[in-house]
Amino acid sequence: MTMNATIIEAINDALHEELANDDRTLVFGEDVGQSGGVFRATDGLQEAFGEERVRDTPLSEIAIVGAAVGLATYGYRPVAEIQFSGFLPPAFDQLVTNASRIRWRTRGELTAPMTVRMPYGAGVRALEHHSESLEAAYSHVPGLKVVIPSTPHDAKGLLLSAIRDPDPVLFMEPKHVYRSFREEVPEGTYTEPLGEAAVRREGEDVTVVSWGAMMHKTLEAVDELDGVDCEVIDLRTISPLDRRTVVESVKKTGRCVVVHEAPKTGGFASELVATINDEALLYLEAPVERVTGFDVPVPLLAMEDYYIPHPPRIAAAIEETVDF
Amino acid sequence: MSVLQRDPQDMLRVLDEDGEPVGEVPDLSDDELVTMYREMYLARHFDTRAVSLQRQGRMGTYPPLSGQEGAQIGSAFALDEEDWMFPSYREHGAALHRGLPLKRTLLYWMGHEKGNQIPDHVNMFPVAVPIATQILHATGAAWAKKLQDKNEAVICYFGDGGTSEGDFHEGLNFAGVFDTPNVFFCNNNQWAISVPRERQTASATIAQKAVAYGFEGVQVDGMDPLAVYAATRAAVEKAKNPGEGERRPTLIEAVQYRFGAHTTADDPTVYRDSDEVEQWKKKDPIPRLERFLRDTGRLDDEKVDAIHAEVEDQVATAIKEAEAEPRPEPEEMFNNVFAEMTPEIRAQADEFAELYEKHGDEGFLRE
Ligand SMILES: Cc1ncc(C[n+]2csc(CCOP(=O)(O)OP(=O)(O)O)c2C)c(N)n1
Ligand SMILES: [Mg+2]
Repeated sequence: MTMNATIIEAINDALHEELANDDRTLVFGEDVGQSGGVFRATDGLQEAFGEERVRDTPLSEIAIVGAAVGLATYGYRPVAEIQFSGFLPPAFDQLVTNASRIRWRTRGELTAPMTVRMPYGAGVRALEHHSESLEAAYSHVPGLKVVIPSTPHDAKGLLLSAIRDPDPVLFMEPKHVYRSFREEVPEGTYTEPLGEAAVRREGEDVTVVSWGAMMHKTLEAVDELDGVDCEVIDLRTISPLDRRTVVESVKKTGRCVVVHEAPKTGGFASELVATINDEALLYLEAPVERVTGFDVPVPLLAMEDYYIPHPPRIAAAIEETVDF
Repeated sequence: MSVLQRDPQDMLRVLDEDGEPVGEVPDLSDDELVTMYREMYLARHFDTRAVSLQRQGRMGTYPPLSGQEGAQIGSAFALDEEDWMFPSYREHGAALHRGLPLKRTLLYWMGHEKGNQIPDHVNMFPVAVPIATQILHATGAAWAKKLQDKNEAVICYFGDGGTSEGDFHEGLNFAGVFDTPNVFFCNNNQWAISVPRERQTASATIAQKAVAYGFEGVQVDGMDPLAVYAATRAAVEKAKNPGEGERRPTLIEAVQYRFGAHTTADDPTVYRDSDEVEQWKKKDPIPRLERFLRDTGRLDDEKVDAIHAEVEDQVATAIKEAEAEPRPEPEEMFNNVFAEMTPEIRAQADEFAELYEKHGDEGFLRE
């Protein structure tokens, strides 16, 4: 049996599944309870599972993430929501200093199997500080996994894996495509493995790598390009990175374009370029191109659209790479 | 005895719900009182128009203030010219009293960074969207004023939800220790989006939290502009000229209600009863002050009508001006990241300019 779901509905369904499957699962955060979350990701969960398991917290991100560490080390599977990724920085300390290294510093004695979910990214005409994409910064933290789904099917399967993972996972949800399309999603419980990319289109001419909301801009650009046979890879997890899928593809096509909406400098594309340099340099027929956000804060809505890597920018980069 | 020296659970009130004085009316001239009314009405009318602009797609997400005019205008009125204001994101009313042109406020919510540019003569900081962060800035600013021997107070606004962030506690603690000229003004509007005040803190009042930081906390009826004025005025005076053994900072908890949605993206019917809203509407600060001013012969139908007409014009003009503001050129996005544009940003701007030249707005704008 399947259901026709958006990403947000698939996330809601995953939470519902795991709250039902495992008593240790706890969902909490700002406005997740009675109201069901500002994006309705937790809609109906408090009603179904009660206030103890689905709980509104006072307004403190560092307390949400820090308390999750305590809950996780003592037997629970917390799934904390940060209302917008722009408000994770106040809790960054607990992620970097504690959640991600509790296993390492206790030689495996204590662990933090916790998930922090949050909507991220630009494109919804949101307020200031609501549109950033800091995935590269989080991928730089040893001991923290970073997962970014781009489809309803993956959102559900990856979230279930994240909750069951023995280590802390940051689950970044592309809010720009929360509701923009539906697809068939299996009912019941299933998982998608963390750390495995998906090949969205097979092709011979050029490898195009992306994730999250940019996956859709990338597909739009690719589908409009005439005469270029693109292989499109959706990373799905950026840490740990599925290097093999990327490297194998680049060895085949000899060309690569990476697309992300975060700023260029120190962006995750840099890690991919370095990986290709390490493992497929001699297969390259053109320099690897990056199509990214600019090295500026995401502008407010009047200029926001100029910031986002739209299909014309992606298409131009692909053509340049192919024609090199 | 100062109005600040009271039990943090004993709420200060000057007017009752019908506008009858039940406490000492502060020493304000007739003109000042009428201006207070005018500005509260202006804030309310601005708010109504802003919500409808958003509905018509002429503005981005907007946080309404209706119900909170008494706290905003009453407190802003208590500042002296040289004092400073650090707002959250809902203080459009307090800002207009300070002198921020309505057009700036509109531009910000219409998505122009320019809306964050505060004219030189307006002593205020731009909007703070990340909750409670401005409390620390206000503490630092007050510390700066003290270091510079400037006799200036700094008022900082934040919500009931904001008091749960570490920033609130850390900022008040610094202020207590450094004895800085701060007025911490909590707009307790009973809700932090969908979370009610009782589930935000187990304290009986927010005002009492000040005790832990070694200075006074006072609870005031935030829908009574005269009580708000009286408390804020006493706090501003104490910040600048503390008496023997007094600490400069004060925490004011203004008890009030947000009549509308948290923002235009929120649907409050999901989490609260319309009964509750109706109960609080009985305390509406605007008719309350209007009644008092009419009863004391300071306002009549003619004056009220004139004020309303004038305010409606003023808001209409500001909207027209804000809507005439062109979308910034893409190049603008690359400015002001640093004092001097880095070579990398220059290169990115040039690269974008080339594509923009080719595709124009059709290639990039979504509408
Ligand atoms: C650090 C941070 N966390 C979360 C949010 C999202 N958010 C915006 S307003 C709000 C509730 C604020 O409530 P309160 O402090 O009572 O102020 P009010 O909106 O009622 O004026 C939340 C959670 C934010 N803007 N900043
Ligand atoms: Mg509030």
